[in-house]
This record gives sequence, C-alpha cells and structure tokens, in this order.
Amino acid sequence: MKLKNWALLLAFGLLLSVLVACGSGDDSAKDSSDNAAQGTENTATDGEKVLNFVNGDTIPSMDPSLATDEFGFQFLGTTMEGLYRLGENAQPQEGIAIDHEVSKDGLTWTFNLREDAKWSNGDPVTAHDFVYAWQRAVNPDTGSEYGPYMMNGVIKNATAISTGEAPVEDLGVKADGDYTLVVELENPTAYFESLTTFGTFLPLNQKFVEEQGDKFATSSDTLLANGPFLLEDWESTSNSWNLVKNDDYWDADTVQLDKMTYEVVKKPQTGVDLYEAGTVDRAPLSSDLVDQYATHADYTVEPQTSIFYLKMNQTRNEALANTNIRAAISKAFNKEAIVNEILNNGSLVANGIIPADFARLPEGSSDAGKDFREVSGDLVTYDLEKAQEYWEKGLEELGTDTVELELLGDDSESAKVMSEYLANQLSTNLPGLTVKLKNVPFKQRLDLDTNMDYDLVVSGWGPDYLDPYTFLNLFLTDGENNRMGYSNPEYDELVNATTTDLATDNVARYENFLAAEKILFEDAAIAPIYQKAVAQLVSPKVQGVLVNPFGATYEYKWASVGSAE
Amino acid sequence: MFRYILRRLFYMLITLFIIATVTFFLMKMLPGSPLSAEDKLSEEQKAIVLEKYGLNDPVPIQYLRYLGGLVKGDLGVSFAFDNTPVTKILMDRMGPSLQLGFQALLIGSFLGIILGLIAAVFRNGAIDYTSTIFAVLGSSIPNFVFAGLLQYVFAVQLNWFPVALWGGFEYSILPTIALMIFPMATAARFIRTEMVEVLNSNFILTARAKGISETGVVFRHGLRNGLIPLITVLGPMAVSMITGSMVIEQIFAIPGIGEQFVTSVTLNDYPTIMGTTLLFAFLFVVIILIIDLLYGLIDPRIRVSGGNN
Repeated sequence: MKLKNWALLLAFGLLLSVLVACGSGDDSAKDSSDNAAQGTENTATDGEKVLNFVNGDTIPSMDPSLATDEFGFQFLGTTMEGLYRLGENAQPQEGIAIDHEVSKDGLTWTFNLREDAKWSNGDPVTAHDFVYAWQRAVNPDTGSEYGPYMMNGVIKNATAISTGEAPVEDLGVKADGDYTLVVELENPTAYFESLTTFGTFLPLNQKFVEEQGDKFATSSDTLLANGPFLLEDWESTSNSWNLVKNDDYWDADTVQLDKMTYEVVKKPQTGVDLYEAGTVDRAPLSSDLVDQYATHADYTVEPQTSIFYLKMNQTRNEALANTNIRAAISKAFNKEAIVNEILNNGSLVANGIIPADFARLPEGSSDAGKDFREVSGDLVTYDLEKAQEYWEKGLEELGTDTVELELLGDDSESAKVMSEYLANQLSTNLPGLTVKLKNVPFKQRLDLDTNMDYDLVVSGWGPDYLDPYTFLNLFLTDGENNRMGYSNPEYDELVNATTTDLATDNVARYENFLAAEKILFEDAAIAPIYQKAVAQLVSPKVQGVLVNPFGATYEYKWASVGSAE
Repeated sequence: MFRYILRRLFYMLITLFIIATVTFFLMKMLPGSPLSAEDKLSEEQKAIVLEKYGLNDPVPIQYLRYLGGLVKGDLGVSFAFDNTPVTKILMDRMGPSLQLGFQALLIGSFLGIILGLIAAVFRNGAIDYTSTIFAVLGSSIPNFVFAGLLQYVFAVQLNWFPVALWGGFEYSILPTIALMIFPMATAARFIRTEMVEVLNSNFILTARAKGISETGVVFRHGLRNGLIPLITVLGPMAVSMITGSMVIEQIFAIPGIGEQFVTSVTLNDYPTIMGTTLLFAFLFVVIILIIDLLYGLIDPRIRVSGGNN
C-alpha cells in the first residue's frame, strides 16, 4: 500500500510538472489572443485605413547591418529611410537626402540631408548616423554578410576594412557638419544613387544602438524608426506584428495608411483560406492553387526580377567545353511549357540574362527609356531544329555519339519536377544524350556549385542594385559566382570597362552591356529558362502599393485603402 | 522506489548526453553553413563572418564549447534570429505546441478508450464494425489531409472556427482534432483487441459469477487489464504528437516549436537545431519515465523490483 502511494505521488508529481509547463504555455497563448483581439478591434475602428497581410515567415533580423533575407529588408524598408527611396518605376525619390552632387571623376558624392528628419525617439537624423551605420556594416566584428558584399569595391577602403587590414575610420564616408554627407567611392559607380535605397545603407542612431547592445533590433522596444511606419508588437520570434503610421516621419502627410497587420502563414493553402474568410487582403498562390484561382476576380500576377538559368560547367565534362554542344542544350528545351505547365504562376520565358522590366536605357542612347530586354531581344530561344543541328556538329567535333550529363537541382517538389522535365526534354530532343538527375537540399547544391562538382545546374539570381552589372558580373572570368569555367576576354573587357574607363558614361556602359550579353549567348555560356513571377490574390482594397525590382519588395509609403468592391 | 527514480534520472541524463553528441556531429555533416547570403560571398568573406560565430574552430572544440555551455544551461544564440538566445525561442514557441500535444493526447486516448470499450462490449455488431472502420481510417489517413479537410469544412465553409492563426482556445480546437485522430484510432484498436481477450478470460467469468454488475466487470476488472498495452503505445503516440505538430502547425499557421524545428534545419541554424532536438528528447524521456511509473500503478505485477527496498 505504502509503495502504491509513493508511485502515485511521483507519477502525479511528474505529470503535474509537465502540465505546469503546459500551463505557462496557456499564458502566452492568452497574451497572443489579446494581441489578436486588439488587432481585430483596431481593424474595425471607423475611418482607420488598415490593411491585413500574411507574411511567408518571421522577420529574423531588423538590424540593417545583419539582415540578409527578403523579410528583413522588407520591414527595414518600410520602417526606415536611407538617402533615397525607390518610387514609381523604381525612380529614386527624396529620402533623408534632398539632393546630391557628384564630382567630375564620379568618385566623390556629396549628399545634402534634410534637417527635419527625426528618429522615433525624437533625435534628429544626421550625417553622423550614416557614417556610423556604414562603418558598422563593413566592420569585421559586426559579422555582416551584406555589408562587405554591397560595399566592397564600391565605397573607398571597404574591402581593406572588411578583411581587418584597415581601421573602420578609413571608410570613404564622412560627415561634413550635421547635414552634409560626403561619400568617396573606390570606382565611379553609376548606380550608386539606387544603391543608397538598399537596407544595408540605412542610417543608425549610434547612441541608441550602443545603449541596446546585443538586444538591438530584437524587438519593437529595441529599435528606432525614421521611415513612414513604426513596427509594433514585434520580437524576433513573433508570428504576428503591426505596422503603424509614423506621425513623426518628415513626409507623414503623404502616408495614407494608418496600420498594416501581419500574420506569419507558410502554407499557401492556409493563406488562401484566410483570404476567402476575409481575414487578410493578399495571399500568394502556389502553382497547384493557380488552376483553381486563375479565374478569381482578384487574381493578379506580379512579375519579379529574378532570372533562373542552366549553368553549364565547362571544366568537368569535356562535352560541355564544346560551344556547339552548349548551344544545342540551350535551345533544346521548351521554355513555354515550363512556364505554363510546370511553374504555372505567371512566370515569363527568359531569352536573355537581364530580366524584363528591370533596367531602362539611359538618356542619350538611341533607345532611351526603352526596356533593356526589349532592346537586346531574344538571344536564345527554344528551336528544336537548330538545337539538333548544333548537336550533330558538336558530336562530330567530339568524335562520339553519346554524351552523359548530370543535372543538379534542389530537392523541393517544384524543383524536382523542373529537373525531371528538363532532363526528359534534353534526352528526347538531343539523340545520344543521357541526363542523370541529382536533387539535393539547397545548401548542398550551393556547395556542389561552389566546388564546381556538377555538369548542369539550375541556378537563379536576383539583382542587388538597379544596374545590368549585377547580372553580367556573374560571368566574368574567375568571378566568385562564375564557377563553371566560362571565360571570354572580350566579354571581360566589355563588362569591366563599365566600372572603370566608362564608369561615368552611362550611354557607353549600356552599349557595353548590350554587346556583352550578345557575346554571352554566342558563347552559349548559360541557358536561360525563366523570369520568376508571383501569382496572388489581392483585394481591391489594396491600392497604390509599388513593387520594387530589388531591396524591399513592396513600397507602402504611397499605398492607400480602396473600397472593397 | 526512490533509488529507482534516481537511477532513471541518471540514465535520462546519459540518454540526453548521447542524443546531444550524435545530433551535434550529424548536424555538422549537413552541407553548407548558416550564412544566408552564401551564394553571394567570397570564401574569404565567409571565413570572416564564420569566425565571429566560432565556426572556424575544429569541430571537437566547438563540441566541447557547446557541452560547456549546456552544463551551465546556456543553449547559445540563434544564427538565424540575430542575437536571440535559443532558450527564448524555445520558451516562446513551446506553449502552443505543448498545449496542442497534451490536448490531443489526453482527449484522443480518452475517446479512443471509450470507442474501443464500446466496440469490445458490442463486439461483432454494427457499432463494433463502425468503430473499427473509423479506427482504420484514423490511423491510415495522414493527419495533414485531415487537417486540410477540417479547415475547409468547419472554418472556410461553415465559419464555426477560425481558419488558422493562434489566439484563444477556439483557435486550438481544429488543430487538436486533427492531431488527436491518430492517438484516438490507435487507442481504440488496442483497447478493442485487448478487451475482447480480457472479457473472455476466466477471471472475468469469476467476477461475473460473483454477481458483480456488468459495469463493474467491464471497468474495474476488464479495463484495468486492457489498459496495459495501451500504455506501451503512449510513447510512440507522444512522438507522433511531436512529428505531427510539425505539419499541423504549418497548416494552421501556429507559432509552435515543431514548425520552428523544420525551419532551423533548412537554415543550418545549429544552436536552434540542438536546442529543439534536446527539448524533444527531454520531453520524450520524461514521458517514458511517467509511462514506466504508470505501469506499476495499473498492474502491480510489473512493479519495479527496486520497490522492495
């Protein structure tokens, strides 16, 4: 009997301890339910302009120096402001800077800052805030990934500082008084103005950042805004948060939205269900949902600026070192079918490396204002006859009639289908070709790519600034991202000249870009597949939201709430 | 008994240590690094960033450093959530998962027992067949299919419950139902099989002969014996709560730990992977200990020998 009691007591004790843990869970659930209740109350308030959105994931970081992902940059862009801000058609608009002068040699940029910009703690936004933030971004102690990536080779001495060879004070950015920022560049950089809109170049309030220490930017209470909206009810692990209009923003009169609410929803189906229930105003669609919703009145397709292409490694398989073989491969698969049947989300066929609606030809060139893609034209299309012609020629040169290649891809469901389709098209359309599939997790694909341990790989690239150079520098000889053994001195010369001799002559730069892209495809270095787009359900309530070609995906400064029907 | 528990606690520590070690080295074998802009950085630049996180040191040193922190209760700082301690991630995310898991496990096995009992008492009748079909369906339909159905019918169409997200109790109802189907079906099947056998045994005949009421026979004499095999499967059921939650939490957009675990693995967020694995392991060994103690309660014959001291 005694024994039984003991056992009872212990078992219940243990059960209780676990239940207590569960009980504390209830508390946090209650907290979030309070938040949720608050959210709906506010939504219901008359006259308030509120939009409700889903977000694909949490915001891992609101620290401009440490952010690396889509969502970090999105919410940094909404709550903060750099020298400039991208407006309609990706034209830089006044931000903290009113205007700037560029020296003759294109190396010194002097920005005049507005004096009425404030941080959300009341401090003025000054040139010192930019100096501090940029130094912090390249400081190796910060451990920033994007800082060195965006600034090395652009801002003077950034490379030396980021490798620890020079002190941060040497960085080519100085404050001349409180409201003049002088930036010295390593090379003339034609796209520097658009670069200053990017998250890594946002200012930081030194006093505040140092006060917060390790806690900086890990919750709403430990970050400062100087942009159109304030981030509220957020911690780095939060699954819901709100953006509220910042009344202290210098251009607050322009901002029409009072509030935006966000809930993390990872499954597209769940997002759509919430959309149908009227809980949210925008929901992304995966390709399996497109069929069902393509006829929905709110169905929209939003083109993006990422390009996906087949990299052909010339160093591992001798067949791929042959230009005719590569040319054959780049023409031998039906891109139309990939876009319409496999991706099925509004993605576009890509027949070049520079995406459509990304860069326009500058003033002064013969096609000024026209889209780069339009001017450059379709450089490589699906053409079965031509493909087989090249293939025959290539095989003859190699003196063989069979080729075996390995196609590397991600192991996500959609990536697998894509790989299977490509393999099937290639081996059907090119007699004698066998394609072996290798699908691995994303990180491993990058590893294999870096070590050039593949024959063919489906690769993608999104722009980091508003200039064709962001795509064309990928294929420079020994470029960090070349990793396929492609090298053409003529191409290198054309592309390199755009950042050196011709750096201040934008018209000539674009001529070089056009010529370089042609060479890339004459050499059949890569085989472009598609330009990504996102299919969504968007409520008519959502008005005036701009879509940026790089950096923060959406711009809400000019957004408003329309009538629901 | 005390000694037995102490010994078990000691074994638990060893189990956790082994799990920590194996996970640590397995995790280091994952391709890639926790850097998110991996494809954009040069090798040199990568090395500089990794240095900051101490990831350039030899793996055994990293391992010892991790163990050192673990002894002090320090699970490290997440790589993906900048500057956020893993303990905070676990604390913030554990609540909803535990609530769902326990609700599903308790309600699921309780309903399962009732269902199994009814089936056994009215064996080979219409009720029995219905309940068996239900049990087979329940254990063979994956819970994410079921979750999607529940969501569509009861939330989107009928508007009885919230579609998704996490708030008050009403938000936990549909995910709990989706999650409890498996334990319910499993419990029903086990209880039915066991009870049919038990109700046919001689001591039940004796009990009936002594004139005990049918309810008394079924519950006091029958169920107590029928429960033993069910307790054995409580462990695997608890595991199914953990694995099930990874999918269910995504479907209902619940900020739980299962969903976080999957994300951490794809991001190579080493400290968070370790933290969640250890948390799952800890919950599991605690549940097993509880189960072993429950055995003794239900069946004195299985009571541990240490108890005699």
